[in-house]
Amino acid sequence: MATLKLNGSDVSLPDDPRTTLLDFLHQHLSLFGTKKGCDHGQCGACTVLVDGERVNACLAFAFQLEDCEVTTIEGIGQRDSLHPLQQAFIERDAFQCGYCTSGQICSGVSLLQELTNGDPSAVTYSSKASLKEDISERMSGNLCRCGAYPNIVDAITDVIAMERQ
Amino acid sequence: MATPNSKIVGSAVNRIDGVQKVTGQARYAAEQMSEQIPLVGWIVASDTAVGEITSLETGLAEQSEGVHAVITYKNAGPLKPFGKPADESRFTQSRAVLNEPHIRHFGAPVALVIADTLEQARYAASLVDYTIEGQTPELLTHFEGATQVPDSLDGGFEPDATSGNRPDNSDVKTSVDSTYTTPSQISAAMEPHATVAEFKNGKLEVFTSVQIIASAVEALAITLEMDAENIVVQSPFIGGGFGSKLGLHYDATLACIGARHLKRAVKVVLSRRQVFYNTPHRGHSTQQMTLSANSDGELLSIVHKSAMPKAKGYEFAEATGAGARVTYQSQYIESTHRVKDVDLPLIDSTRSPGDAIGSLAFESAIDELAHEAGVDPLTFRLNNLPVVHPMKGTPFTSHNLGECLRQGAQQFKWQHKPQPSKGKVIGHGVASAMRMNVFVESSAQVEIDEQGKVTVRTDMTDIGTGTYTILAQIAADALQTSVDNVTVQLGDSRYPASCGSGGSFGAASTGSAVKRACEALLDSIQSQLPSELSNAKLYVEEGKVKAAMPNTDDTATQFLITDYIPTNTFPISAIGKVSEDDTSDDEQYSCGAHFAEVEVDTYTGEVRLLRQYGMFSAGQILNIKTASSQIKGGMVWGAGYALTEGIHHHENSASFVNPDFGEYHIAVNRDIAEVSLDFLEEPDYAASPVGAKGIGELGITGAGAAIANAIFDATKVRVRDFPITMDKIISG
Amino acid sequence: MQPFDVHHFNDNTPLNTFSTAKTSRFLAGGTNLIDLMKLQVETPKTLISLAKWKSANAISQNNTHYHIGAMVSNSDLAKFAHSEPSLSVLSQALLSGATVQLRNRATTAGNLLQRTRCYYFYDTTKACNKREPGSGCTALNSMNRIHAIFGTSDKCIATHPSDMAVAMIALNAIVNTQLPDGTERKIALREFYQAPGDSPHIESVLQDGELITHVSIEKKERGTQYYHKVRDRSSYAFALVSVAAGLTIKDGRAHNVNLAFGGVGTTPWYPEKAIRVLEGAEISPEVISQAADAELATAKVFGSNDFKPLLLRRTLEKVLMEIFTHQSDHPHHEGALHGNA
Repeated sequence: MATLKLNGSDVSLPDDPRTTLLDFLHQHLSLFGTKKGCDHGQCGACTVLVDGERVNACLAFAFQLEDCEVTTIEGIGQRDSLHPLQQAFIERDAFQCGYCTSGQICSGVSLLQELTNGDPSAVTYSSKASLKEDISERMSGNLCRCGAYPNIVDAITDVIAMERQ
Repeated sequence: MATPNSKIVGSAVNRIDGVQKVTGQARYAAEQMSEQIPLVGWIVASDTAVGEITSLETGLAEQSEGVHAVITYKNAGPLKPFGKPADESRFTQSRAVLNEPHIRHFGAPVALVIADTLEQARYAASLVDYTIEGQTPELLTHFEGATQVPDSLDGGFEPDATSGNRPDNSDVKTSVDSTYTTPSQISAAMEPHATVAEFKNGKLEVFTSVQIIASAVEALAITLEMDAENIVVQSPFIGGGFGSKLGLHYDATLACIGARHLKRAVKVVLSRRQVFYNTPHRGHSTQQMTLSANSDGELLSIVHKSAMPKAKGYEFAEATGAGARVTYQSQYIESTHRVKDVDLPLIDSTRSPGDAIGSLAFESAIDELAHEAGVDPLTFRLNNLPVVHPMKGTPFTSHNLGECLRQGAQQFKWQHKPQPSKGKVIGHGVASAMRMNVFVESSAQVEIDEQGKVTVRTDMTDIGTGTYTILAQIAADALQTSVDNVTVQLGDSRYPASCGSGGSFGAASTGSAVKRACEALLDSIQSQLPSELSNAKLYVEEGKVKAAMPNTDDTATQFLITDYIPTNTFPISAIGKVSEDDTSDDEQYSCGAHFAEVEVDTYTGEVRLLRQYGMFSAGQILNIKTASSQIKGGMVWGAGYALTEGIHHHENSASFVNPDFGEYHIAVNRDIAEVSLDFLEEPDYAASPVGAKGIGELGITGAGAAIANAIFDATKVRVRDFPITMDKIISG
Repeated sequence: MQPFDVHHFNDNTPLNTFSTAKTSRFLAGGTNLIDLMKLQVETPKTLISLAKWKSANAISQNNTHYHIGAMVSNSDLAKFAHSEPSLSVLSQALLSGATVQLRNRATTAGNLLQRTRCYYFYDTTKACNKREPGSGCTALNSMNRIHAIFGTSDKCIATHPSDMAVAMIALNAIVNTQLPDGTERKIALREFYQAPGDSPHIESVLQDGELITHVSIEKKERGTQYYHKVRDRSSYAFALVSVAAGLTIKDGRAHNVNLAFGGVGTTPWYPEKAIRVLEGAEISPEVISQAADAELATAKVFGSNDFKPLLLRRTLEKVLMEIFTHQSDHPHHEGALHGNA
C-alpha cells in the first residue's frame, strides 16, 4: 500500500488523486496546524517540510509524495518541548493572529538549515547584503497580513545567534 | 504576599495564547469538528455582476460523486431578504444569499454544492450550468460621477462640514491644488472567511471567523428567521480581521443554509478568490484638495473633497476627510464627501476606514504645501498644530501630536540623511496621525474559585490584537494575582456581550469592563466578610484566596477568605459593564508621527524602504509588546498602501482583475526593513476607565504618506496616484 | 478539479506506453499545473507523474557542456549554478523567481513550460485565446500592466513568466527531448518557444507526448553577469521587466554579449537587434540607448503597459553600465556582478 511518513509515522495515501497534501492533512488526518491561506502557492501558510525541505503543501498532490518524509508544525515541537524558533516567536511576538505562524515557523526551521548548508539566496547577489535582509528575502514566501515581519526576522536572528554561540 | 499595586498592565507579557499559536494547536473556524466530519460546501460563483438567473441546471452536479445537495434560490429555505430590516445596523441586517434569482455583484453565489470532500464539491460546482440575463453594471469612474450625499459616514462624521471664513486672496502666499487617487483595497486577512454550522437539539451552533459575536448572532437570527436564543456563535481564534470580519459573510449564511437543509454539519470556507468577491473591500477614492498658507507658513484654508463608490443597498461610506478636519489649525476648513451607488461587492470597513487613505492624500498634500512655502515639512506641521478642535473649538481629552512630532523627529534623526550608494537617492518623509478614539458599551464576567483561579469570560474576540493577554493582565492587577493564574475565555455568544473587535475600541472598552467586573467581584467578596474586615485587601497566593487587613502600625493581618466565606459559595463571579457614560464628551484622539527613510534607484525608480519610525500617544498602553506589534503591523500596511497594494477593476464586467495573492500585492517580508516605534505614555482616564485609547488603526494612519513624502524628498517626483510604483516615478 | 487518471513514468518504463492525447499532461513538481487544475484552466484527463523518474534529478558535465536533468529542482539548480561562475546569471535568475518553497518543488523542465500569469488566462469567466482558442483576448483592451510589448499578436499579449528561461536564453541553452517513439531531439531554447500569432494556445515546438529529458548549456567565458528583475514587490512577484546579461570587456569593447529580457515578451525574449549593436561596441549610455532603440523599434504597447519601453531602457542601462564598470575595474572577471565569492 502506498504510504508517506508523516511526523515519523506511516500514513496511507488517499484514494482520490486530486487530494493535495494540504487537504490530506485536513480532511483525512484531522491535522489542522498547517493552514490554507490561498491554496495556490501564493502565501506560504501551508509550508511544511518534505524530506527536510520546505514546500507549499497546497501545490503537491499527496500521491506525488509517496515514500517521502513530511514534517508539519505538529512535528516541529510540542507544548512542553518547543523548538527554539517557536520559543523565539513567542519572546519576539513574531505573530498576531497566528494564522500564518505554522508556515512561518516551518519556513524558518528550514531556513536555519539552508543557511547552515550555505545555500544562496537573491540577497547573496545584492550589492550590500546583511543577514537581516537575507532572512527577509528567504522568508518572503510567507505572507503575514498582521505585519509581523520585523519581529519574525528578529526571532530568526535570535535563534541563529544562539546556534552560533 | 503579592506586592500591592504591582503593575502588570503595560508590561511586556508574552501572549498567553502564544504556545497554542506556535504549535499549530489554536483552532480557527474551519478546523472545528463536530462528532461527524462536516460536509464541505463550495460556491458556484456568478460570472455576471448584476442580473437575473434565467436558467439553472443542477442535475449533473447532484449526480456527481459524493454530492449531498445542490442548494440554489429554489430550495434554500426561508430567508429574510438581504439588507432587511432597514432599521437594523448593517451588521445585524439579513446577510441572505440564494434567496432570490437576482444577482447583485460579480462572484456572488449562484449555488452551493455540498459534498463529502472538497475535491468532490469543487468539481461538482463546475457542473452547475446557469444563465444570467445581465444588465450593464454601474461603476464610479470619475470624480464628478459621485453626486450623492451619503446618509452617514463611518465614525459618525457629518458628510459635509465647514468652519471659518475663506481667506482673502491677498493673504495667500502659497497654495496647492491637487487631486489624489487611492485604489480599491482589501483586508485580505490570512485566514479566509470560514464557517462550520450544525443544528444540534434544535440549536444552531456556528463556528465562524467574526470580529463581533453579538451582532453575528442577531444577523443569523434575522437572516434565517430564527430565535436568537437558539443560536450559539463561537469564534475563539480569528486569523486576522482588519474590518473584513466585523459582520458575517456568505460563508456563514451558506453553511447555515446547508446545515438546515441536510441536518448535518456543513463547512464553507471561501477560496482566496471568493474572499475578494464575497467579503468587503475598500472603495477607490478620488480626493481633491485645495490648501493655502500665508507668508508666515500658517495654513489659511483646507478644502478636502472626496468621491468614493458605495455598494448598492449597503450603507457604508468612509470619512476620508476626518484628518483634514482635525489635524491642523486653519482659518477655513471645508470637507465634503460624495458617493455613487455601484454594482460591486460589499464596500465596508478596511483597516482604519477614512484615515488610512485620507491620510495618504491629505498628508501628502500638506507636504506639497510645505515645500511650496519653502518650509521644512516637519516645521510646517509643528507650526500649524491646533490647541482645540480646529473646526468645533471643543477641547481634546489629551493632544500630543506636537510631542510625537518633536520627539519622534529626534529619535528618527530627521536632519541626518545617510549617503546614498551609487545609482541611488535617499529621502526622508514625515506625516501626522490623528485617529478618533471610540468607546463602546461592553461587558465581561470575572470568576474566582476556591483555589483563587480566576476566569474571565466575554464574547470579546482576539483577532491577533492580544486581547486574551491584556484582559488577563487587567484582571491580574485588579485581583492582585499573576497572569498565569488567569484564564481568559473569549469568542462565545454564551458569555456576556462585549463590543467585539473593531474601530480600535475593543481593548479600552472591554478592558474597562473586565476592570469593572473585578471591582464588582471584590465588592461582592468584601460584602460577605464581617464588617470589621471590609477594608481587607484581597490577593491570591499558593492556590488560596487570602486577604490582608491593614493594621494601624503599617503591618497587616493576613487571613484566608474561606475562614469567613463558606467554600461552597465558590466560584464567586461578577459582571462588569461599561457604556458611553464612562467616557468623556470632549474630543478624543490617539496621535502619532510617522517618519520614513527610502532609497530610490535612479535608473529604474525602484523604491526600497530603509526605515520606518513612529512616535505615538494612545493613553495607557496595556501591553507594550503586543501594542508595539500591532502598531508595527499598521505601519507595514502603510508601506503596502504607499507602494504595492491595489485592486484593478475590469469595468465591463464589474469584476476584479487581480483577486489573488499573486497579483494583489500585500507587502512581503523583504519589502519591509527596520520598523521601530515609541509611545508617549500618558493614561487618558477621560477616554476610558483603564486610561487606554485605540491603537489598531493608529499605526496605519499616516504611515503611507510618510513614505510617499520620503519618495518625493528623494526624487522630487510627487506621485498622486497610489500606489507609488516605479513606472510612475520614472515617468514623473 | 476534474477527475483524472494517474500513471507513473520511471527509468524503466518506455515513453510509448503512455497516452499522447492532448488531454494528457506530464506532472513534474506541479507548482503550476496543480494551481491551474484547481481553477480548471487546465483540465487533463490523464496525468503522467514524473515523481519516480529518479535519473532526471541529476546534473552532470563533460568538457564542453553542463547537462541539467528535467527534474532537477530550481533550488538545486540555483545552488549548482552558484558554484559555477560561468552560470552565475542562471543562479541569479532562479533565485529571483518565486520563493524557496516553490523553487524546492519546481523543476527545470516544468519551469520552461510554465504557463503565463496573465490575469485573464487565470479567470475562466474572461475570454482568452490561450485558454480557449477563438474566444478572444481580454487583455488587449483591459488592464494590461503585466503584459508583453514584444512578440505580441492581436490574439494574445501574455508574457512568459519564467526568470530561469530568460537566463537560459541568454546562455543559449539547448533543450533535449525524447519523442514517444524513442527518438531524441535537440532544440535551441532560442527556437523552442512560439510567439502567439494566431494560435496562442501553442507555446512551444514540442509535439504531443514529447518529454524534455535535460537542458544542456555550453561551457564558455561569459564575463561579469547580472540578472536584474524589476517588479511590483521586492520579492515573490513576477517581472515587469528583467534583464539577464553577461559580457566581457576587451580593449574597452564588449564581447561575449549574453543578453535576454523577461517580463516584456510573449516568450523569454532574445534581443538579437540589441546584441548586434552591443557586440564589439564601446559600452556607453549612448550605445546602450542605441541598442534599446534597435530592439524597441518592434515594441508595441497596449495602455497600462505603456511604461515598459522606458523601464526596459532604464533597466538595460543600469545592468550594462554596472557590468561595464565592474569589468573595467576587474578585467577577466567571470561571475556575478555582486556578492558571488
